[in-house]
Amino acid sequence: MAVVPNTIFSPETAARFDKLASIYPVKRSALIPMLLYAQDEVGYVSDEVVAELAKRLDLLELDVRGVLSYYSMLRTKPAGKYNVQVCTNISCMLRGGFELLDHCKKTLGIGHKGVTPDGLFSLEEVECIGACCWAPAVQVNYDFHDDLTPAKMDAVLADYAAGRGKDVK
Amino acid sequence: MPDVNFIVDGQKLTAPAGTLLIDACKSAGIEIPAFCYYPGLSLQAACRMCVVRIEKAPKLATACTTTVAEGMNVTTESPEIAQARKATLQLLLGNHPLDCPVCDAGGECELQDMTFKYGAADSFYTEPKNHREEQKWSPVVYFDRPRCILCYRCVRMCGEGMDVFALGIQNRGSSSVIAPNVPSQLASLLNAGADQAQLDCEQCGMCIDACPVGALTSGTYRYKTRPWEMNHVATVCTHCGDGCKTTLGVRSVSDGSEIVRGDNRDKSGMNGDFLCNKGRYAFDFTNNIERLTSPLVRQADGKLKPVSWDEALKFTGKKLRELRDTRGPQSIGVIGSNRTTNEENYLLQKFARTVLGTNNIDHHRTADFVTLANALQGTTGRFASQRNVENAQALLVIGGDPTNQAPLTAWNLRTNVRLNKARLYIANHEEIKLRRQAKDFIQVQQFGYGSLASYLAGNNAAAEGASIVAQADQLSNFRTAIQAEEKLIVLIGNEVRGGELANLIKALPNARFALMADYVNSRGASDMGLLPDALPGYQPLSGSALANEYTAPTAPGLDLLAMFDAATRGDLSALYVVGSNPIKRFGIDPFALKDTFFIVQDLFLTETAQIADVVFPAANLYEKAGSVTNSYGDLQLVSKAADKAGTRSDFELIVRLADHMGHDIKTLVPFGKGLRADMGQSRGAQSGEADRHAVWLMANNMEPKLSPFDPFAILDEIQRVVPGYDKLLRLQLLSGNDQHIAPASTGLVQIENRKDLVLPSSDTLFTSGSLTRYSPMLQDVQRHQETEVADHLAAD
Ligand code: SF4
Ligand code: SF4
Ligand code: SF4
Ligand code: FES
Ligand code: FES
Repeated sequence: MAVVPNTIFSPETAARFDKLASIYPVKRSALIPMLLYAQDEVGYVSDEVVAELAKRLDLLELDVRGVLSYYSMLRTKPAGKYNVQVCTNISCMLRGGFELLDHCKKTLGIGHKGVTPDGLFSLEEVECIGACCWAPAVQVNYDFHDDLTPAKMDAVLADYAAGRGKDVK
Repeated sequence: MPDVNFIVDGQKLTAPAGTLLIDACKSAGIEIPAFCYYPGLSLQAACRMCVVRIEKAPKLATACTTTVAEGMNVTTESPEIAQARKATLQLLLGNHPLDCPVCDAGGECELQDMTFKYGAADSFYTEPKNHREEQKWSPVVYFDRPRCILCYRCVRMCGEGMDVFALGIQNRGSSSVIAPNVPSQLASLLNAGADQAQLDCEQCGMCIDACPVGALTSGTYRYKTRPWEMNHVATVCTHCGDGCKTTLGVRSVSDGSEIVRGDNRDKSGMNGDFLCNKGRYAFDFTNNIERLTSPLVRQADGKLKPVSWDEALKFTGKKLRELRDTRGPQSIGVIGSNRTTNEENYLLQKFARTVLGTNNIDHHRTADFVTLANALQGTTGRFASQRNVENAQALLVIGGDPTNQAPLTAWNLRTNVRLNKARLYIANHEEIKLRRQAKDFIQVQQFGYGSLASYLAGNNAAAEGASIVAQADQLSNFRTAIQAEEKLIVLIGNEVRGGELANLIKALPNARFALMADYVNSRGASDMGLLPDALPGYQPLSGSALANEYTAPTAPGLDLLAMFDAATRGDLSALYVVGSNPIKRFGIDPFALKDTFFIVQDLFLTETAQIADVVFPAANLYEKAGSVTNSYGDLQLVSKAADKAGTRSDFELIVRLADHMGHDIKTLVPFGKGLRADMGQSRGAQSGEADRHAVWLMANNMEPKLSPFDPFAILDEIQRVVPGYDKLLRLQLLSGNDQHIAPASTGLVQIENRKDLVLPSSDTLFTSGSLTRYSPMLQDVQRHQETEVADHLAAD
């Protein structure tokens, strides 16, 4: 197995990648999980991440970029410390998803895919996150907040801003 | 596979089981529209243009992915199908810029054709179009995203066909884009100033050629002309020794006609639709402003001065005659070219042998064809053709690097492995890229080909000298596998020659062989006797019928290097060089020729031409008619495409020089026989026929054999006196088909202890001998490649 010397990842992640590359019948199948774990660790998928994953899986960088650009959850630029993902898909839309999004834009002062100047928050409009029963729903990093109103949203954001929110990665 | 019977549009058809419906229909003359389907590439089924109705199937089916089945009943055109195709077109046009009036593809665009056919002129889409600026990915590849219909032909062509994988797809759905392998952020690092993505690849243009629309366009052709404004001439590429056919698009300019495009869309010839970068784009040297367009004669002040043709020819003819008569024929040397036609080469050696009376004739040899012909004496069916590379089941490549030196050979090898599962074996001292397609690869020691030949012949002691493979049995397994192949095609690079080559051929007694030489007519130059020790067809200098006919000296003449040695000694009174640059190629000290009357015929003022006493401006291979023979011995027709005022073909120049030397040119060129020179004035059946024949010849850029400048008059003689070429079929040749020529199997020249005079030119994908420097495109591409990361050429 091609264990990469001078890996850019932490020893734990590197070990995890070594294993991932060995458990699929076809090595390249490990690409998507690797991209996600790499994004969690580095914060985004940088050129260095692309280069190392290509090397680990014997792919061309072009292949990695092809997969990377296909998925909107993968990003090539740093996000804020707390990435606020507001769902505007059908159930959430019916229950005020767009109001929530507009409210976030106004409160945070940023648009879709924007990052606040202090790097604390970033905002994204996303498709269904699977929490329709409690629409409208918002995901901050890997944490869910549901049945929201603009007022409840303010409280959620305030908690994060004060460092009280869970930082789930 | 067994045949199956099925019905298409009421016609009963039969095809082997497993045939794709779209192919089966095409064979029967029923055309099914297709954007994403491309013959020979993997299936994509992305466009839905090929939908047809298959009886009992619930919905319309894609003909490009459906295989024919017994009893199938298919309808390929109906109002329902037309509506489906129209809807597909409307979707495609929904995001299309509709800039046909300026698009390169306008007039030969598959999307345009389909829109005309299905009338999708109206659109129901009101959304704004998704515009992106055009990008320049390399000097030859430009991308106009808005025109792209996402058929992915280019991606598959580059990956599967070229084995380069430089193109990919990014994003998804309607925002998908085709992306090159160096993303913009990297490109900007590498290439300050370029903020666009870049292509680091072989720059072959196959992706552009396969693109059904004008999304990919080429740097050399874009926005220059429209398809219907060009004439199209089928001829042969002038660069490497593979012999690709190419169709040149030409248009009139003030000083003749210039070439604006090269492709092989008609898929004729041994290359199908393939052309490499040089074949597709490196015709631009013909339009170079540095072309010589007037004869030059060195004056008393030591400068070359343009003079009239008459003056130059008179002066040269007189001088050459004087030198021959005063200092003797053996004091004159002649050097021929790898890029002139067979007729010109034959004529040149005949000029040397019968007009000058010397065997001092040679050329820059790029493969050891003399040894090949000798080693296979007495056999038949042992010479391989390029066609064999396309379809043989087992192939062995020893030495050489086809990917860089013989791109068509590499393409045919890859295609044969991919589509026919051919078994490819490779033995090379470098880890060449083609080993990715090989069933088995062994790395040979540097200079170890002699030992390899000996090892293949059964001498186990030679193993160590032959290969650097690690495992003990790898080499023996390789040998066993090769010996088990009953029909093996062996391609040999030009680092193997002389005794090593002969031994290699002896070691594989049942195989067919070919040598890979470097230029379009390297083989022809050898076959036509541009050699000091052999007549055309490798016949001996004495004893053969041809030798008797020529009554030339029977002792071998000086070879190329010996001529320069003689010049240094002051023993060479004159040297006549046609289309060759020995000063540069062989690193000759120009001072060697200070006492030699030096005549050069070339396109440019090369290192060699610069020191000549007389320079004649010559036409190149794209500006004349005749025939050429590729490395494999495949003979093909060359037709005149471009025209440059002020130049003459080498053929004409040789004849005129003979004439000015006072030679009876009827004995040099057998013209004017058979036909009477009445171009239509007289009446009667026979003259009428001659007349029509003449019109046809003229229309095909060939002069009727009424003129001493007609290469076909010499082809008659070649056919009469050169063994091997005696079997050529005129109709095959004139129809633009290739035919395989093998030297005679007996009576060839036998030479012991030959000097090794082969000098491989080691050209790459982006060089072509002395022409490299005169092709702006090649220069651009070389600069481009220098700044790229080049990971596709690394072989893994
Ligand atoms: S020019 Fe040739 S090698 Fe380059 S991207 Fe196109 S097909 Fe691939
Ligand atoms: S660039 Fe041309 S060949 Fe490539 S996907 Fe687009 S339309 Fe097809
Ligand atoms: S492979 Fe050789 S003959 Fe064919 S286009 Fe390229 S240079 Fe010309
Ligand atoms: S629609 Fe918002 S969570 Fe499903
Ligand atoms: S040709 Fe059949 S789907 Fe494109």
